[in-house]
Amino acid sequence: MFEGLSEKLSGIFDQLTRRGALSEADVDVAMREVRRALLEADVALDVVRAFIDKVKERAVGANVVKSISPGQMVIKIVNDVLIETLGSDADPINLEAAAPVGVMMVGLQGAGKTTTAAKIAKRLRDRYKRKVLMASLDVKRPAAQEQLAVLGRQVGIETLPIIAGQSPVEIARRAEEVARLQGFDVVILDTAGRTHIDEPLMEEMAQIKAAANPHEILLVADALTGQDAVNLARNFDSRVGITGIVLTRTDGDGRGGAALSMRAVTGKPIKLIGTGEKVDDLDDFHPSRIANRILGMGDIVSLVEKAAQSIDAEKAQRIADKMRKGKFDLEDLADQLLQVEKIGGLGGIMGMLPGMAKMKSQIAGANLDDRMIKRQRAIILSMTPQERRNPDILKASRKRRIAAGAGAKVEEINRLLKQHRQMADMMKAMGGAKRGPMGKMAEMFGLGGGGMGGLPGGMPSQEQIAEMQKQMGGAAPKLPDAPPPGAFSAPPRLPGLPGLGGPKLPGLGGLPNFNPFGKKK
Amino acid sequence: MSDDDNQAGGKKRGLFGRLFGGRDAAPAAPAPASAPLPEPVAVEAPQPEAPAEPRSWWRRLKEGLARSSSTISQGIADVFTKRKLDAAMLDELEDILIQADLGVATALRIRDAVGKGRYDKQIEPDEVKAILASEVEKALLPVALPLVVDPAAKPFVILVVGVNGSGKTTTIGKLAGQFAAEGKSVMLAAGDTFRAAAIQQLEIWGERIGARVISRPQGADAAGLAFDAITQAQAEGVDVLMMDTAGRLQNRKELMAELEKVVRVMKKVDAAAPHAVLLVLDATVGQNAMSQVEIFGRVAGVTGLVMTKLDGTARGGILVAIAEKFALPVHFIGVGEGRDDLEPFEARDFAHAIAGIDRDALHERTA
Repeated sequence: MFEGLSEKLSGIFDQLTRRGALSEADVDVAMREVRRALLEADVALDVVRAFIDKVKERAVGANVVKSISPGQMVIKIVNDVLIETLGSDADPINLEAAAPVGVMMVGLQGAGKTTTAAKIAKRLRDRYKRKVLMASLDVKRPAAQEQLAVLGRQVGIETLPIIAGQSPVEIARRAEEVARLQGFDVVILDTAGRTHIDEPLMEEMAQIKAAANPHEILLVADALTGQDAVNLARNFDSRVGITGIVLTRTDGDGRGGAALSMRAVTGKPIKLIGTGEKVDDLDDFHPSRIANRILGMGDIVSLVEKAAQSIDAEKAQRIADKMRKGKFDLEDLADQLLQVEKIGGLGGIMGMLPGMAKMKSQIAGANLDDRMIKRQRAIILSMTPQERRNPDILKASRKRRIAAGAGAKVEEINRLLKQHRQMADMMKAMGGAKRGPMGKMAEMFGLGGGGMGGLPGGMPSQEQIAEMQKQMGGAAPKLPDAPPPGAFSAPPRLPGLPGLGGPKLPGLGGLPNFNPFGKKK
Repeated sequence: MSDDDNQAGGKKRGLFGRLFGGRDAAPAAPAPASAPLPEPVAVEAPQPEAPAEPRSWWRRLKEGLARSSSTISQGIADVFTKRKLDAAMLDELEDILIQADLGVATALRIRDAVGKGRYDKQIEPDEVKAILASEVEKALLPVALPLVVDPAAKPFVILVVGVNGSGKTTTIGKLAGQFAAEGKSVMLAAGDTFRAAAIQQLEIWGERIGARVISRPQGADAAGLAFDAITQAQAEGVDVLMMDTAGRLQNRKELMAELEKVVRVMKKVDAAAPHAVLLVLDATVGQNAMSQVEIFGRVAGVTGLVMTKLDGTARGGILVAIAEKFALPVHFIGVGEGRDDLEPFEARDFAHAIAGIDRDALHERTA
């Protein structure tokens, strides 16, 4: 989600920052383009208008034209307004009420209510240790109640036994009673999908609300929703007074305008986002991080969090130590490749890095996909331990054997070895400097000293990241296949990503040079 | 109102007669397959889930589109009432069209069509509406094609694909009901082996319409099921085999590869299969529908579109943009949850509904 919008906006901002001075007309043109970009991203027209007006007003107030770096000033204002529109802080599900706490799911048909109900139930149980009961009030769609029951069995959450012929209101009452008598903390009511102009069904929904008196009423909406998002959010909100929004299918390639629209129109927070088909694919919504991602500034914080969750700290520590000493063998490389995969593959990492949106097409063109990582790992795994530790002993016959074992060609093995050599050389060169970029990086990601606890709030601050990048920028040797300068030209405060030209990504201690932008397809 | 419009109104009345009065007339029905379709509506009216008094689908469609129509026509009225046409007005028009999910390129084209030769002249809202409707119709007319079931193909295999929650299973249920009502033997293959209870959902539809449902346990390989289903359908001499698939987002490569495999395996049994691949699009979806059509088209060889959920939400303008870019036939639109709520796609009706031309009023005036 958001990548398309991000791409558009960073293009527009590029033009702005490239000029030294800005006339009012320049700002107007840029705003016209921002407006178009937002509209193409399915942000609702009224929301776009309000957004642009706000930005313009502030741009005049801040006297953008006369400021020293007008381009960046505009971007900052857009960023601020974007965060305001999305809401500034994360706002998770509120369970502070007398048990059983009712959570009611509403939305259009096919928005993903039932799946989301199961995801939320699992989350509440796993993270908050609540005892959850789910009940399906969908008596309309064939097998809808059955669907929730099956999901319940899958994730180990109890569901209200199905009694055929009951009305949704009756089921809601029964669910509340069962939950109360059997000591459930939370009862999730999954309602039938309904269109917001279907009066009888909207009335039924209001009756369910009156009967069940839920503490949270969550509107489940598809992130791919078009301009109609505002109407639907407004109607559901005015009929039952939703308390929050759950955005589903954010793993699609939609541009996520619905998120902006619905938040702006209802003023209700987006509480959760569905990020995939599996029951664990549900995340808290962090408006400021999303705003950063939209503006192509990346989402380093999420990346670090994700890395912290999935990286094997001990292994990372070992690799970091080796890197410092300038030793880095193929086994380490294989470990690193594995960790990249764990974080969500290159695509996942790239998506969260600053300035990457613009390069998306280049990346796609370079055929940089996760299969490459798998292949490279396969090659390394086809070597003997001795070979992995001493790549120098690899001669033609060994290479042929490895190639046969990994289902690869000898050239691929040569390429991998070359990449590894380049990396190892670079690390040796940098290993001396204790406070060099690599050491700094290892430290930043809690691998150097003191673990994650050693970092302020467990995460690097923007300043730290900026500093790190400056250092990396200074030290990273120019590799033959590095992309042309300018490909990474910088969003503000997170200047460029020089490290990308080189072989490393933060936290991973370095990746082999995949030559993603170079001669090899 | 110009002569042109009256004439259009008169012409429309023929269509109206069919829609409101007798379903028997169906004079200028676009093509063979859609002509018999209204019949099952009448036949099945007594069914419990059908509304007591079946509304005409035009009315339902119009009700569904009412919100966007009124937004557009209100917008147009606001912009154009007693004013001279200038660039600012055209900008507004463009925005209004974008707001209806028509897409930027289409909005620009219609903006140009409105602006052409009318710059600095007084222009009436009705005239703008008429131009809008005719532009939309022009784009949609070539794609308003019925789904033709080739009787020579036994079974005629229809694969139904789309993103999660677009309405594939429901569409299959409705469509299978129509085939059954036409006297065709129908078999269903429960290819959504991922979503919980999707198989049961299709089985219930199968029971309702008396069609056999081929299924495998949840989590089974859909391609294997496709193989078995076609083999079985061939053995039994079934007319139509409809295969459901699990919903998948088009940017999920691994899931799209799985879909590709289903198609590949189908071809092993019958080189001509699938004879039709229907992509089900949710009308609430915005510009992402373009990407859905493109990628599903590439991977699964989509032959036609079905747009669902036009009853509730106001949109569907994206169909215009899709028609211009991909020129894929639009076979049906879904306008409700009942089994009769699937209608052949009519370009003119859709265009008028989008442009907010009130045909009832027009009808009364000309009558």
